[in-house]
Amino acid sequence: MRRYRIRKDESCISCLRCVSECSFGAIEKGTDRSLVFHHDKCTDCQRCVSFCPTGAIYIMEDENRFRQNSVFREDDIREILLQAETGGVLLSSMGASGKSVPIYFDKLLLNASQVTNPSIDPLREPMETAVFLGQRPEGIQRDQNGNIVDNLPPHLELKTPIMFSAMSYGAISLNVHKALAAAAEELGTYWNTGEGGLHESLYPYKENTIVQVASGRFGVHGTYLNTAAAIEIKIGQGAKPGIGGHLTGKKIIGDVSKTRMVPEGLDAISPAPHHDIYSIEDLAQLVMSIKEATHYTKPVIVKAAAVHNIAPIASGIARSGADIISIDGYRGGTGAAPKRIRDNVGIPIELAIAAVDQRLREERIRDRVSIIASGGIRNSSDAVKAIALGADAVSIGTAALCALGCHICASCHTGRCAWGLATQDPVLTGRLDPEKGAARLVNLVNAWTREIKEIMGGMGINSIEALKGNRLALRGVDLNAKELEVLGIGYAGE
Amino acid sequence: MRKNWKFLESDMQENEMKEFDIRKDGHKEIMVTDCLGERYIGCGMKDGILHIKGTPGNALASYLDGGTVYVDGNAQDAAADTMNAGLLAIKGSAGDALAYGMRGGRVYVLGDAGYRAGVHMKAYEDKKSILVIGGRAGSFLGEYLAGGIIIVLGLGCEGKSITGYFCGNGMYAGTIYLRTDKVPLNLSDKLIRRNVSNEEKDSILSPIISDYASVFSISAEDCLKGSFIAIEADRSKSYSQLYAAV
Amino acid sequence: MKKEGEVRISSGCAISGIFCRDGRRITGEAIKKSIAVMHNRSNGLGGGFAAYGIYPQYKDYFALHIFYESQAAREETERFLDKRFDIINLSKIPVRQTPRISDAPLIWRYFITPLPHLLQDSQLDEDEYTSRATIRINDSITGAYVVSCGKDMGVFKAVGYPEDVADFYRIEEYEGYSWTAHGRYPTNTPGWWAGSHPFSLLDLTVVHNGEISSYDANRRAVEMYGYSCNLLTDTEVITYILDYLTRKQGLSLKECSEVIAAPFWTTISIKDEEEKKRLSYLRKMFSSFLITGPFSILVGFRGGMMALNDRLKLRSLVAAEKGNTVYFSSEEAAIRVIEENPDRIWAPRGGEAVIVTLDKEAGR
Repeated sequence: MRRYRIRKDESCISCLRCVSECSFGAIEKGTDRSLVFHHDKCTDCQRCVSFCPTGAIYIMEDENRFRQNSVFREDDIREILLQAETGGVLLSSMGASGKSVPIYFDKLLLNASQVTNPSIDPLREPMETAVFLGQRPEGIQRDQNGNIVDNLPPHLELKTPIMFSAMSYGAISLNVHKALAAAAEELGTYWNTGEGGLHESLYPYKENTIVQVASGRFGVHGTYLNTAAAIEIKIGQGAKPGIGGHLTGKKIIGDVSKTRMVPEGLDAISPAPHHDIYSIEDLAQLVMSIKEATHYTKPVIVKAAAVHNIAPIASGIARSGADIISIDGYRGGTGAAPKRIRDNVGIPIELAIAAVDQRLREERIRDRVSIIASGGIRNSSDAVKAIALGADAVSIGTAALCALGCHICASCHTGRCAWGLATQDPVLTGRLDPEKGAARLVNLVNAWTREIKEIMGGMGINSIEALKGNRLALRGVDLNAKELEVLGIGYAGE
Repeated sequence: MRKNWKFLESDMQENEMKEFDIRKDGHKEIMVTDCLGERYIGCGMKDGILHIKGTPGNALASYLDGGTVYVDGNAQDAAADTMNAGLLAIKGSAGDALAYGMRGGRVYVLGDAGYRAGVHMKAYEDKKSILVIGGRAGSFLGEYLAGGIIIVLGLGCEGKSITGYFCGNGMYAGTIYLRTDKVPLNLSDKLIRRNVSNEEKDSILSPIISDYASVFSISAEDCLKGSFIAIEADRSKSYSQLYAAV
Repeated sequence: MKKEGEVRISSGCAISGIFCRDGRRITGEAIKKSIAVMHNRSNGLGGGFAAYGIYPQYKDYFALHIFYESQAAREETERFLDKRFDIINLSKIPVRQTPRISDAPLIWRYFITPLPHLLQDSQLDEDEYTSRATIRINDSITGAYVVSCGKDMGVFKAVGYPEDVADFYRIEEYEGYSWTAHGRYPTNTPGWWAGSHPFSLLDLTVVHNGEISSYDANRRAVEMYGYSCNLLTDTEVITYILDYLTRKQGLSLKECSEVIAAPFWTTISIKDEEEKKRLSYLRKMFSSFLITGPFSILVGFRGGMMALNDRLKLRSLVAAEKGNTVYFSSEEAAIRVIEENPDRIWAPRGGEAVIVTLDKEAGR
């Protein structure tokens, strides 16, 4: 069904670069080096536009509109037509597109020091962004000489409060994993394998790797668990809370098959729940069994989607023996999810973090665990706001993919990603040079970190821990009293 | 939490208790007596042999990675969870969620298994999960089965139904063998049931059953007696047909 | 207008402290003279003093100084106390009327001790029992505010310039071995006297200069452990953090200083292995209690005093010694005015606590 129109102007030199770049078959070579446009196949991924040497190509929203109706909008009609034709569940990718769900980050304003205390110039004064994630015991212990004994369980040390979200090999290419791993190592942060296992070539990045244990348990073996700095149990993800995963057999080829340890061509299905976790005490059992299997040398993260009762859930996770809670909000991305689920289930990360942080404090266990926030973190100020609301660190997925070329055309589920990210087609995956990709990721995170330091400096804060949960750093605009209450902040001017 | 179990080495007298950390003190043949609900026994164990007397707790032999665990008694829930290699042999029965996400090795149960045995078991190349249940299995046996072999013998239950409801729901690879001629109740239409030929019995079931029988010192012949049916996924009914890409 | 506590008010300040290591008790004259030199650092909207060793005849009892906004508040509080404590003595705190101090609340003093059977039933020690009771009064009895509740010590504070506050409370009539003083420069009218400093819990008192940037992170962290920050001031949150770290976590004051003014990671990294481990542990374990932004504080406690600057040393702090007496102040002049020729005068480095305690033979 046609959404976009491909146009070219007279500056086209018929070099056919666009034909070779288009992986969706939207642009084909006609007779005599002419171009044939199949508008209906275009996903607006912008690959052809980016690579056209003369800037001759334009992708436009199709001017032809359906008759306007205030109830049935264009997308509604389009989707009905598609489902009537196919009988299929609508499948989409990337983050939620619920347009009337507010992006609360945009309604939060940050503070700065004026007069009563000094702002700090981060280029001149020390400014600390190192974060330690992990469990803290309830009290200190001393030996017989009165010296403090180190009774801290293992922690993750991040040089910056930004990490890379879980994206599985299979959903994305090995080159993306390589870029993420190398960037994490250089940045002193962590990348996350997702549930598709860890390719052997990435074992050297062990110290910066978080491996995931999801309901499918793909590629989970002793070496996998121990080739990591931490282990994440994935209960859910923001894009599809309560929904399992399904990587089609088409993507289970070559090394993906080997890494997931799933035979080639066979679907890889992750059940909706972990069938060994039907209750919170079962989670405690899985957390502890992983700790047993890794000899208590690594922190265990539990990742859950931000759902309505995320606050008590997080409290339960905190009491399960988990060291770190990762919460993925409504706008979190995915390689494939039923569209209705993606757009209608879960709550925004801002509200989830505020509610969880507050609840853990009321329960007096906030200091016991660390919190990672993800799901729609677009820039450094989003990160700062998430931390001021109560997160210890944030995690970025979509933003990291953008750094590698993604233009968020939300066609990951087709497996034809023209930027070579969400695909296993060797021709396409070759489009990402992992080294160059890593350099771009490092640039992005370094730039954000510098911005975070600027913002902290403006507030007179020289260490990131003094920002965590510091809600006086935030004021809201365009929010109602209930929203302010849940966020735990004042209105601007208050 | 972490503690040093009291183990009894097999060559020691029962009253000679000795405390040591099996992680540090090397792998030995170890006897655990009076076991009562202690969790995570044999978790991630790479080699060595554990004999357990009593009732081990949940997550027994989870991530088992090559070692051997014998249980003289019943096992509770989540035994052999995400097991990778090795052997877990349970002389009694097993609780729910036995061998969840198992990726390789053998799990032998002489008695019954609870609900959801062998959910999402897998096979890959030389790694092939094998689960043999001597008695009956509960509902959702082999749900989401992604590979490997599940055999339910129903010993002593001849003529009765040896599986519960929803056997093999959502399975998309691997095979469930049942020593019965009865079709499981409400079997999904995405599954195919076929009778097992004598050749298949000889080539596939016989070696497994012989091994199973020798572990428990029972007669392999008795275990192979009668007809078997096999349940497998209908490859023509793939899940990808459920979706329409927007 | 909202009272302090309903709004958060920033302030600048002057602080001063005198400590007699030999336990010699001196009158409030000297500290008044010292803080008065820094008149310009305050704006008449808050001043106060903390004194230790002033109630030797009652040294085994908790001394409560309480502000009441009404007789009803007093009656409710006294009923509350009567149920839980043996009240050994109660009286109005004597004051001297001065035109420069107005809108005084009712100011009462009680010497109390927990009722033994209730203390036993509560399974708490007497400090925790008493601190919970005072936090509850501040939190739930409208118009009542416990100014201090330690043993053999007291806090005297008001809205006004510190030297006028000294006159008002007749502090020249008290004798103590340890004195701290505070002159406040709040950006707003506090609306009541509770927001003035020192701030106190049990034997701990804090006077503080500066506005911390980590306030809400610290407040929300310490409130997890049963404290209630009613006044929204930095001093209050610092007091509670110190009480939590010393009394509930068992840290020494030096260790506390390494938590709240923790060295930068780069500084920790150049220490020897042992020290690196110890400092990293404290920072990681108590990361929520790192205080950033400018502060200089004087912490009074039973038998001692600690002076501490923030780790960047964004506020001034001068220390001096003469014989057995130790002086701290925001400005050198405030020390010179009472001790013209100290044996030693120095500016402590940022984040490095100076802790003085009574000599053993002082016998307190």
